[in-house]
Amino acid sequence: MKETTNVWEVFIQSKNGLAHKHAGNVHADDKEMALQNARDLYTRRNEGSCIWVVKSTDIVSSESEDSESFFDPANDKLYRHPTFYNLPEGAKHI
Amino acid sequence: MSLLNYTLRIGDSSLILAQRLAEWCTNGPTLEEDIALTNISLDLFGQANGFLEYAATLDGVKTADDFAFKRNENQYYNFLITEIENGHFGDTIIRQFLFSAYLYLFFQKLATSKDEVLSALAAKSLKEIKYHLKHCSSWVIRLGDGTNESNEKIQSSINKIWEYTGELFELDQIEKDLVKKEIAVNREALKFEWDQIINTTLNQAKLMRPKDQVMKTGGSKGIHTKHLELLLKEMQFIPRKYPDAKW
Amino acid sequence: MIKFALIKLLLMDDKIFQEKIDKDRKIEPKDWMPEKYRSHLIRQISQHAHSEIIGMQPEGQWISRAPSLRSKMILLAKVQDEAGHGLYLYSACETLGISRDQLISQLHSGAAKYSSIFNYPTLSWADMGAIGWLVDGAAIVNQVSLQRTSYGPYSRGMIKICKEESFHQRQGYEIMAELAKGTKEQKDMAQDALNRFWWPSIMMFGPHDADSPRSGNAMKWKIKRQTNDELRQSFIDKTVGQAEVIGLKIPDPDLKWNEKRGHYDFGEIDWEEFWNVVNGNGPCNKERLDHHINAHQEGEWVREAARAYANKQIKN
Repeated sequence: MKETTNVWEVFIQSKNGLAHKHAGNVHADDKEMALQNARDLYTRRNEGSCIWVVKSTDIVSSESEDSESFFDPANDKLYRHPTFYNLPEGAKHI
Repeated sequence: MSLLNYTLRIGDSSLILAQRLAEWCTNGPTLEEDIALTNISLDLFGQANGFLEYAATLDGVKTADDFAFKRNENQYYNFLITEIENGHFGDTIIRQFLFSAYLYLFFQKLATSKDEVLSALAAKSLKEIKYHLKHCSSWVIRLGDGTNESNEKIQSSINKIWEYTGELFELDQIEKDLVKKEIAVNREALKFEWDQIINTTLNQAKLMRPKDQVMKTGGSKGIHTKHLELLLKEMQFIPRKYPDAKW
Repeated sequence: MIKFALIKLLLMDDKIFQEKIDKDRKIEPKDWMPEKYRSHLIRQISQHAHSEIIGMQPEGQWISRAPSLRSKMILLAKVQDEAGHGLYLYSACETLGISRDQLISQLHSGAAKYSSIFNYPTLSWADMGAIGWLVDGAAIVNQVSLQRTSYGPYSRGMIKICKEESFHQRQGYEIMAELAKGTKEQKDMAQDALNRFWWPSIMMFGPHDADSPRSGNAMKWKIKRQTNDELRQSFIDKTVGQAEVIGLKIPDPDLKWNEKRGHYDFGEIDWEEFWNVVNGNGPCNKERLDHHINAHQEGEWVREAARAYANKQIKN
């Protein structure tokens, strides 16, 4: 039996076709309430075309102390970026 | 004249209910619900403003603010259900649920009115009301199927407010004439669908539908409960106190 | 030996933390932070959140009496925004490991404070103008500065709040401007509201820097980015001209432009009144808190029902 209200993270799609972006969170007991609370809190100024809510406890985050081992290894792999490559003079549309 | 009167009836109900709901500001059971209730209130003020602006156009002299702030209670034509006091949260939710279900059906039909302004205002309002109905229905279900206490409380809310629902489906001669011209909505005909919406939700909420009883009526004739006078006194306090000032 | 290593480790953490702050990196909820940084933030953010929520009351009382449909809708939307801003701030505060329930009970017990400005009564419609123009104006000066605060969730909350709040001050100033050019009664009403709200607004920035004991750490940790006196001066400099434009007089005989400083000089603040209101003896302290406690208690059965309903859904 839960005694406190859940916290839900809110993701808003501002326009059709764009990705959902994290907007903040709301408190709600059930998912319908979470959606409606998110709508009233985060889209009063026309900010939304779609809302996702997900229980905060269901979000898995990397740890900040792991950030070096997680992310630094990508630093030196410049060949993943298009600017890494030399193109012959005059080559177009590539 | 009858079109003006009809437009005021619609605008007045939205205005008075909006004013009532705004009283919830800083009093909601949660902050989130405080915002939700004032959001509904704002939608209704917007609707009231639209219909009273149209009334002002039809009148030719008065402004929308004149209609809102300078009429006495016997010149107001709102349904009685909109003026009764908020009570506790369950009372407010039930009132809003019963009335939103009605308004939803009403605006659906008014959106096809031969009067273009009325139909445009109705189409815009309809989207808002659809959400109000959804929001209130989920609360009716939560409170009905929550704790024993909440079930008892909200059941007595319905029993108490039920007598104000009959008026929603009564037509007088002014409206009947406008129905013939395909301007007004035949509200008598909305009852069947309204019953279905109400029954489905009450059923889901484990609540009993009260037996139809003697219904309270009078709003469209300007005959009101004692609550409206007090509400208007407060709402109209400043413009009445300083009649020469513009705000 | 172990104890020594632990202390060394903590000192290391402290050093890394301060380096991050010095480099203007944001601190995020999962990052290590000194306990005093955490408790300072909880105190400051919750005070800020409570101020938004209690601040709804003095204006909320006038929604039912707003004198036109337009002003009614604007005021309602504005007070509603304040509820929203309170929620953003409670969220930010919760990331520091304290629940909203705990925050609310700290407010009710008096352990947490809110801005004293909301312990003054709103006596006329012009007070809606004065609050928007002066109180929100002062708050915005502070909030704009806090957008650069070092704690990520607080900073992001401030950015969102500043974006939404830009209409609030204009709303208040518009009311004042309209009243100032209205009937004599309206102009008197506006001047009276300015007279009553000017000094309390100036006090919103808190004690002078020299008398503000916690400021040192808050500046070092970049929780605060500008001092009380800097913010107060910037608010006064902005506001004097705005009063002139609408023909109202700021109630401070010592107010005058100082060419050398490039700022307005102003009169001495009545700190006795300030501390009196902070310590609970303002005109409306009890009323505001009672209102909040009462609404919270009245809503208990609703919150309970919603929890019970949700629990049934999980079981089914």
